[in-house]
Amino acid sequence: MKLWKKMRFFQQATEKYADGWSSSAVKDRDWEDLYRQRWQHDKVVRTTHGVNCTGSCSWKVFVKNGLITWEHQQRDYPGTDPDMPEFEPRGCPRGASYSWYVYSPLRVRFPYIRRILLELWREALELHENPLEAWQSIVEDPEKAGQYKKARGKGGFLRCTWSEVYRLIAAQMLYTIKTYGPDRIAGFTPIPAMSMVSYAAGARFISLVGGPMLSFYDWYADLPPASPQIWGEQTDVPESSDWYNSGYLIMWGSNVPLTRTPDAHFMTEVRYKGTKVVAVSPDYAENVKFADSWMAVKPGSDGALAQAMTHVILKEFYVDKSSPYFVEYAKRFTDLPFLVTLNQWGDCYVTGRFLLASDLGWDIVNPEWQTVVCNEVTGEMTVPNGSIGTRWGDHLKWNLKQEDVYGQSLEPLLSLAEQADERVMVAFPYFDNRSKGVKKRELPVRRIRKGDKEFYVTTVYDLMLAHYGVSRKGLTRGYPQDYDDQESYTPAWQEQITGVPREQVIQIAREFAENAEQTQGRSMIIMGAGANHWFNSDTIYRAILNLVLLTGCQGVNGGGWAHYVGQEKCRPIEGWNAIAFARDWSAPPRLQNATSFYYFATDQWRYEELPMSQLTAATVGKPRYEHPADYNVLAAQLGWLPSYPQFNVNNLQIADMARAAGAVSPQEVADYVVSSLQEKTIRFAAENPDDPRNFPRTLWVWRSNLLSSSGKGHEYFMKHLLGASHGLLAEENISFKPEKMVWQEAAEGKLDLLINLEFRMTGTALHSDILLPAATWYEKHDLSSTDMHPFVHPFNPAIDPPWEAKTDWNIFRGMAEVFSDMAAKYFPGVHQDLVAVPLMHDSVDEIAQPFGRVREWSKGEVAPVPGKTMPKLVPVERDYGLIHEKYSSLGPLLEKNPVGAHGISFSVADQYHQLKAINGTVEAGLAAGRPKLETARQAAEAMLTLSSATNGKVAMKAWEAEEGKTGLLLKDIAEERAGERLTFDGITAQPRQVIPTPVFTGSNKGNRRYSPFTTNIERLVAFRTLTGRQQFYLDHEVILEYGEGLPIFKPTLQLLVLADRDQQPSRKEKEIVLRYLTPHGKWNIHSTYQDNIHMLTLFRGGPHIWLNHQDAQEADIGDNDWVELYNRNGVVVARAVLTHRLPRGTTFMYHAQDKHINMPGSTITGERGGTHNSPTRIHIKPTQCIGGYAQLSYGFNYYGPIGNQRDVYVSIRKLNEVNWLEN
Amino acid sequence: MKIKAQIAMVINLDKCIGCHTCSVTCKNTWTNRSGAEYMWFNNVETKPGAGYPDQWEDQQRYKGGWHLRKGQLTLRSGFRWQGLSLSRIFYNPNSPTIDDYYEPWTYDYQKLLKSPVRRHMPTARPQSLLTGEYIEKLRKGPNWDDDLAGGPQAGGRDPNLRDLLGEEVRLEFEKAFMLYLPRLCEHCLNPGCVASCPSGAIYKRDEDGIVLVDQEKCRGWRYCTSGCPYKKVYYNWKTYKAEKCTFCYPRVEEGVATVCSETCPGRLRYMGVLLYDADRVPRAAAQPDEQALYQAQLELFLDPHDPAVIAQARRDGIQEDWLAAAQISPVYKLAVQYGLALPLHPEFRTLPMVWYIPPLSPMVSVLESRTSGSVTTGFFPTLEQMRAPVQYLANFLTGGNPQPVERALRRLLGMRHFMRSLETGQENQEQLLETIGLSEQTVRHMYRLLAVAKYEDRIVIPLAHREESRKAHQEQGKVGYAL
Repeated sequence: MKLWKKMRFFQQATEKYADGWSSSAVKDRDWEDLYRQRWQHDKVVRTTHGVNCTGSCSWKVFVKNGLITWEHQQRDYPGTDPDMPEFEPRGCPRGASYSWYVYSPLRVRFPYIRRILLELWREALELHENPLEAWQSIVEDPEKAGQYKKARGKGGFLRCTWSEVYRLIAAQMLYTIKTYGPDRIAGFTPIPAMSMVSYAAGARFISLVGGPMLSFYDWYADLPPASPQIWGEQTDVPESSDWYNSGYLIMWGSNVPLTRTPDAHFMTEVRYKGTKVVAVSPDYAENVKFADSWMAVKPGSDGALAQAMTHVILKEFYVDKSSPYFVEYAKRFTDLPFLVTLNQWGDCYVTGRFLLASDLGWDIVNPEWQTVVCNEVTGEMTVPNGSIGTRWGDHLKWNLKQEDVYGQSLEPLLSLAEQADERVMVAFPYFDNRSKGVKKRELPVRRIRKGDKEFYVTTVYDLMLAHYGVSRKGLTRGYPQDYDDQESYTPAWQEQITGVPREQVIQIAREFAENAEQTQGRSMIIMGAGANHWFNSDTIYRAILNLVLLTGCQGVNGGGWAHYVGQEKCRPIEGWNAIAFARDWSAPPRLQNATSFYYFATDQWRYEELPMSQLTAATVGKPRYEHPADYNVLAAQLGWLPSYPQFNVNNLQIADMARAAGAVSPQEVADYVVSSLQEKTIRFAAENPDDPRNFPRTLWVWRSNLLSSSGKGHEYFMKHLLGASHGLLAEENISFKPEKMVWQEAAEGKLDLLINLEFRMTGTALHSDILLPAATWYEKHDLSSTDMHPFVHPFNPAIDPPWEAKTDWNIFRGMAEVFSDMAAKYFPGVHQDLVAVPLMHDSVDEIAQPFGRVREWSKGEVAPVPGKTMPKLVPVERDYGLIHEKYSSLGPLLEKNPVGAHGISFSVADQYHQLKAINGTVEAGLAAGRPKLETARQAAEAMLTLSSATNGKVAMKAWEAEEGKTGLLLKDIAEERAGERLTFDGITAQPRQVIPTPVFTGSNKGNRRYSPFTTNIERLVAFRTLTGRQQFYLDHEVILEYGEGLPIFKPTLQLLVLADRDQQPSRKEKEIVLRYLTPHGKWNIHSTYQDNIHMLTLFRGGPHIWLNHQDAQEADIGDNDWVELYNRNGVVVARAVLTHRLPRGTTFMYHAQDKHINMPGSTITGERGGTHNSPTRIHIKPTQCIGGYAQLSYGFNYYGPIGNQRDVYVSIRKLNEVNWLEN
Repeated sequence: MKIKAQIAMVINLDKCIGCHTCSVTCKNTWTNRSGAEYMWFNNVETKPGAGYPDQWEDQQRYKGGWHLRKGQLTLRSGFRWQGLSLSRIFYNPNSPTIDDYYEPWTYDYQKLLKSPVRRHMPTARPQSLLTGEYIEKLRKGPNWDDDLAGGPQAGGRDPNLRDLLGEEVRLEFEKAFMLYLPRLCEHCLNPGCVASCPSGAIYKRDEDGIVLVDQEKCRGWRYCTSGCPYKKVYYNWKTYKAEKCTFCYPRVEEGVATVCSETCPGRLRYMGVLLYDADRVPRAAAQPDEQALYQAQLELFLDPHDPAVIAQARRDGIQEDWLAAAQISPVYKLAVQYGLALPLHPEFRTLPMVWYIPPLSPMVSVLESRTSGSVTTGFFPTLEQMRAPVQYLANFLTGGNPQPVERALRRLLGMRHFMRSLETGQENQEQLLETIGLSEQTVRHMYRLLAVAKYEDRIVIPLAHREESRKAHQEQGKVGYAL
């Protein structure tokens, strides 16, 4: 009975008014409690989304009657500034739909194994007492192995128990370790920042075992190699609120409302402050709606547009008039004044490498690594502070003070034009859509005589003007006349390539620079994947970045580049790094660049059609190698890149092999390996990826839908890695083989076990052998951070993991326990593992290979010296019975060894002791007395305590270390926050801003908005590059081989749908060939949310492509028609969305539309239509394989070939008969 | 004069990024249940486009709202007692059918885990939530033509394009433009749904103007669904009752913004109190000239600082905190003081209370001309260079009158020029201020409200006086018990 049935909300008499048109009636309104009761809830939990979107938004999750009901955004971010917009309410529709997953029919609730495998396993266990032998009996029997591998992806999952599934995995792993080595067990999980404890959960286990963790940022092609090339920095960008400080904002290939949804408001709002907003985009994208000007550039031609804008800025702001602000910036913070040698080339010259102190015979530390300028005042040459030679030699000189290394004040000379000894013609490599060649232009040079050598040098600035075709008084030979001249790189020249009117290019370039002049550098470019995922993304980016460097915008709030493609800042980096890679117990971990790993593992290298000679500069006779794979093998041999699986022998057996050959000390073991490599009795596994000894055997995938999101070359994965059904139409190119590799019959189904942790069914889950039920983001403790804002957010469980789901931490910890128990029994003892480690950036390795010269020990060009001319070889002890104890506690090395990042390191012994109190200590065993790491929450607390961004005391130590490396006073930057420590409870109560730290390049001191490189510009810390400055010029031999010494335009790779040898589908009358692009979609974050009913309902319910309506007409395709898209890499089926928003000639298939939702069969393959990655594959770019050379040195997710997938075309045709393949 | 207070909303289309977060958070909170799947109390449409439900703006087709018949304000579909005539009692020809919305669906997701080993990978196929049958090809959804999907064909079905197609508007790549229109119940001053309900189940709350469908009194006649020209009353096919946006009254009563406003990442929704003269409502709604309806409605709103208004408001029972809220109402500022926000389809004559700031869409037609069309004459493009034609905006914001739209856009643009001059240290902006008819101080306030847009400036909602509605002291210990 309702007690209040008779009550009235507002007691009023019935009243008529408005001439009787309206009346107020007394009315029983108790029913209104209906919606009130829906709104009422039991608790609200602060958590966030562990999704790879860079958002890191803080959410309220509402719980009602024990169920998660919905989520809304938190609004309690600490304020930006009274005169600025706030971060609230960060979030997007995708995130807002997440709660659907928790109880949905898509949820993985129990552990599963495919029935075929489970039956084989149970049978084998009947016959073999030793589980390792049981596994061997399956996997070494081709028939049995083929049986379960071929069934991948085809259903047939059986629910089983955690203990049974753990046992199977442990047996498989131990068998693999014993037989092939621990480096055959790989882990793939991306982007730690999005849920760093969950990342660490598996990485810690795999690192303890000795397996490689695979990188993601470069593999995703989100890494802009231009960033390490220019700055020696992986990527550092402003937080989104800093857009609000800009006076001119270009969105270049970045669809801000769609991909940066929670941040977009800063862009819409800064317009009201009088900031002009420009969009560079081939399509009328969502962000174009906000643009004052739209440069509708042809896809992939962005570099040409930027080259012409550079031309305008150089001409108008450096030559026609000399902008004092720009020139001062260029001289102090870029390599423009540095001297470069010229080499004779026919009747003229080409650019060589930087002039070095060693060329002049000067007696200073690391003379081969100290670059040279002319002093404007004296006219003499000298070595300024800050080059990489000082970084690893004379610490107090590693700064950007206007001094030379002799302590004299210095004003570098920008151009030799006034002080030239001579003028010579220099040939610059040139590329466009039709051809490649050279452009010869006149240059001022100085002559240097050293002993019997005589050579010319010039400045990077003079090279830039000549390369860009900006003539000067008396320097006009070979230069274009004016902007309308069609020569490189004028506005008229770019018009032919980009389709953008020259007048617009001139206007925007001019305004961009004028604004930078007026505001001292507050012109900004937001850059995105639209310009980045290309084969030549590095040259595109370097061309664009010219604009912010030449106008003094980098390192200035409101200015510079703002690249938001996949990069997320893992703020508590030192603590995370130590825990994730188990550096507290052993080092070094195996950190493999994934592009190389997948390139070899999926055998994409066997299907190359493009000889490298087509890509090299016209100034180079022929490339070092014709096949791109050779560069990757070269990189493995020279220590440029890691390469795991490592050798064609078991690493655990190498020490024994060496001992058998008489080696005793570690040095002798290393010598044994070196000579074996030289004699080829041991070989790099990369030299023969199809040799069963070299297969990756185990792959753990978590926090990722590898196969259907980032698996570029999806069908190659299916065929070669998994041995599953595939839709590959390409045939191997047996007439184009690498020189450095063994070509044997291609393997199919290399992987013995694919293990996937997931909360929902995806393409990867469907193809895995073992599927483990993971907790959702609303069911665990974790941490999240991003570069978009300065906060660290916690995950908190709103409910406990339902059914039999477990958190990632508990899954791997449970795994470690079973694994250790079985190891103690079946593979006991201490084993010596030999880890080959590449030459690392931010370590002294980066001055290993001077002059950027390639010297191959395998060809006798140089002696093989580990750590110099080849990888380091480091012994690591493994006791597999102790993995669990190590996993669950914080190890002794943290107490002993310093931690750090970016080349600085410091002790955290105090924090280690503090953690004993915070986390409690282990009572007995190997780790007795050490801090506990039993729960995810303890791991989170440890990360916060050990890191400079989250612990003020650690920050002070980090700045102190930086002071020691630079000779500068810097500690004041963090002083005001020295006493703070972010705790898990603290950030659960309210978001907290991170503490300024030298492991990132900017500072948020005093609640200032974060902008990268401000510490370099304002506090004169040198950049981590060869010259110590921001570099326009790169002088490594391989870079010059490809004509990329200076920023340059290069066209996209040539059109190829099918090669002649490939399987040819029967052609239909009406097909159209379009460029195939896979930008990020509006209704998903990679493959997450694309299967969520809310997102599916909001846009057309399944796989779709977008294309121009006129293009569609040519193939008789109507809106919503089913279509097939194919090329040699595979086929994908989708429905067509016709639109006038896209230009002709290009189709978009928005990223990560997986085949587990609404995907019929393909008439071409007879298989289910693939994923968005079925028509893609990757291409290795040789210049990105370089290592051991200053900023061009390897770092995990830092440098290395990117898995670019964008330069492809598809043929599209209507699919008239839809077959659901339900058999 | 009879003064009433209304909680109203302003949506700044110039900031809308079309992300649909509002739709999702609203759906999860209110309509995430069987019978309500197709209900989007809040949805977002791409314009030009047909909208949701299909071509809802076409009242020739749906006969929603009011029109003047012989000078008299009349429901377009006829009054409710006419609706009850025997011939139409079970059949309402003007009500949208499920095909005008869409057939809600799900997928046979469980197949992915449960499928036995088969020749081909399992895939989850769409299934109708109404019939349980597989749907071979989905053909319609609540946001089918998002971001110009469907191309010129779909865009051309936008009723607002009317005579503009061809001459003023060409739906082609070089001329492409779009904007997003988030839509929810308008909580009108002269609601068509209330007037068409035969059961008297729909009412406009006296204290805050929120329009609700009484779930106990509703008999499922569905005349409201046709009577509402915005098609924002939906029929629940499980409960057989009409449901609609409640303006989140359980939150608004507590001074908290609606879910859609609270969760909008674009920070473009404003909520506040407006005082209006209820006695003048029918006259305003019956203004003969459609193009003058906006002005007529605007004149209903009373100056909350006017002592006479304050005195009368007190007499009419408006609480002091409501008066105070009205005086700092962002809605009053944006709609009345700055003249930036405009009503949606005032020609429907329901006097809607969710208002819209038109989008600048300030992008010049770059590809039109090789020599001149690409370059803006000044730093910013001029109004004439903008893509979205003013007349198109006027067709849905002012009953076709371009002047108010133009004035709003000029003010936005003028504000940008003015603020740039401050940022770059230029002087002499008097002339600029004069042309847009605003004082420097007003422009600065406008900038703050639109750009800085702090939450407390965006959302100003006074609390409901629950103490007056029930025996609060007795209820205190009993709230929530349904004994």
